[in-house]
Amino acid sequence: MDELKKFALEIRIETLNMLSKHGFGHVGGSLSIADALAVLYGKHMKYDPKNPKWEGRDYLVLSKGHCGPALYSTLAIKGFFPREELLTINKLGTRLPSHTDKNLTPGIDMTTGALGQGVSCALGMALGLKLQGKKNIVYSIIGDGEAQEGQVWETMLIAPNKGLSNFIVILDNNRQQLDGFTDDISSLGDVCRKAEAFGWFAVDVDGHDLAAIDQAIEECKRSEKPGFINLKTIKGKGWPAKEAVLGNHALRGAAFEGVDEVLADLRRQLEAMQ
Amino acid sequence: MVKLVKGTIEDIELTRAYNQQLIALAEEDPRIVDVEADVGNCIFGPEFQKVFPDRYVNLGVCEQSLSSVSAGLSAVGLIPFCHAFAAFASRRMCDQNYISVAYAKNNVKIIASAPGISSGENGGTHHACEDIALVRPIPNIVIMDPADSTAMRWAVRKAAETFGVFYIRAERLNGYRVYEEDSEFELGKANVIRNGNDVTLIAEGSLILNNCLKAAEILGKKGISARVVDIFTIKPIDVDTIIRCARETGAIVTAENHSITGGLGSAVAEVLCDNCCVVPMKRIGIPNRFGEVGQPAELMEIMHMTDKDIAEAALTAIAEKRRNEK
Ligand SMILES: Cc1ncc(C[n+]2csc(CCOP(=O)(O)OP(=O)(O)O)c2C)c(N)n1
Ligand SMILES: [Mg+2]
Repeated sequence: MDELKKFALEIRIETLNMLSKHGFGHVGGSLSIADALAVLYGKHMKYDPKNPKWEGRDYLVLSKGHCGPALYSTLAIKGFFPREELLTINKLGTRLPSHTDKNLTPGIDMTTGALGQGVSCALGMALGLKLQGKKNIVYSIIGDGEAQEGQVWETMLIAPNKGLSNFIVILDNNRQQLDGFTDDISSLGDVCRKAEAFGWFAVDVDGHDLAAIDQAIEECKRSEKPGFINLKTIKGKGWPAKEAVLGNHALRGAAFEGVDEVLADLRRQLEAMQ
Repeated sequence: MVKLVKGTIEDIELTRAYNQQLIALAEEDPRIVDVEADVGNCIFGPEFQKVFPDRYVNLGVCEQSLSSVSAGLSAVGLIPFCHAFAAFASRRMCDQNYISVAYAKNNVKIIASAPGISSGENGGTHHACEDIALVRPIPNIVIMDPADSTAMRWAVRKAAETFGVFYIRAERLNGYRVYEEDSEFELGKANVIRNGNDVTLIAEGSLILNNCLKAAEILGKKGISARVVDIFTIKPIDVDTIIRCARETGAIVTAENHSITGGLGSAVAEVLCDNCCVVPMKRIGIPNRFGEVGQPAELMEIMHMTDKDIAEAALTAIAEKRRNEK
């Protein structure tokens, strides 16, 4: 678990570093999925950084594509591309655009950014792998705001009907979307019960408890049903002043004030663990 | 008549002008509602919400419902102004806009923010290069891309007062004022912003109109007198003004913050063709390619949409005109 904890810290450091240096980006939702990404790429997923298109790999579709920066950090730390490249985020001609793009970045399996579509594409990948008798697992991370898209619920209906036991959807339930708190706009309610009613194997998990995330993924893998993990997370997790407050969705310019102290603190935590 | 502003005065964001006008109109007309799909913050929605909490409806991230729900609101007598990023207001809502809203003859106003390449750093998924092309074939829809805050205020008032479907683009970026506040516009009437005899530059939206005005300066230094037209409504399009400009200047360049396929350039070419008035013409806009991340100014460079590109296109069209004259 210590390795995963270090990994998650590093993801947060790289994410904050690149976004603050660039001066714009989706900070809140990138920080809330850092722990889940650490568990996925630190323990569960099969992949080869030197051969990103290796056929034996597991797939990840970041359906909430605006949180690409967290995934880019994860991939860079694992050696898919040089860490320095993270600083090209969102620059003209970059391989790292704000929203994930499968044709640009090594290790990105699907192009996303229009909310709701990625998870359907992921379903298609899981279905396609199953039709070909393959054992690869397809993971997809969606946002709670994103889960208001009707297309997400079409996926919720289709996956159990097609018996996709190789499909695991992870909901980053940070209870905030662009305009504010999800419960004030259109609450998802007891989303785990809803997933169960649709025919999924569904679990509620503290999205910042690495051991609990690990166990949830383990259980989903074992289940015969498609897996649904309701990660209870905090938007902006790791930057105390930005945690669960309005205005943490995307930061620009002056909103990054204070990031240096946060980075220094995260780096100290990392050093203390070495 | 429109009155032109003299000199350069920086304008407010057109999204803000939209919001201010919607609040003013909602004071007058209790049927007006602001319907959002989780990008209300990007168009100052909370300002409307402060004044009219019960008439501000945020449905969450669900653009298809945004369109159809607005149709339903209209069917029971309200006047919904529904807003999404232009990419989603057109592509994602396409069938709903067509069937629930337009075909069913509902009174819905669709507000499309961050059109064309103005969503810059959000990249290819968010660039609305084809929204006009997608909504233009819808019968009777009114399409506007106001060039400044005065034009925006007029457009929003007209939309509120007129039964029918309006699609209004709203730039988020700051531009320059074009029209004096007491200007009177006309639906379907283009405005000549600058006089000239050698070529007509026809623009839509604030971003590109500014480039056209600068292009006219560049051309002026070369002894060429360029007329600049703000098309104002892309549909209905001002056939008379386009024909008159074609006859009087003999060469046309269209410039748009949109794909050159299906937008203003296509609409103008259709007018020239249908009226047997074809003159040398060039289209400036997003070429046959997808968007990518970058600052809008950088994107305009790589997409060949700058003042220099427009001036160059004008020179090509004029050269062709002169060749034909010989
Ligand atoms: C179809 C679509 N509509 C709107 C947007 C604009 N948008 C980007 S992020 C976002 C809010 C998403 O909230 P959530 O899914 O909860 O993401 P997180 O909190 O993890 O950042 C919105 C509305 C989009 N990218 N795609
Ligand atoms: Mg969220």
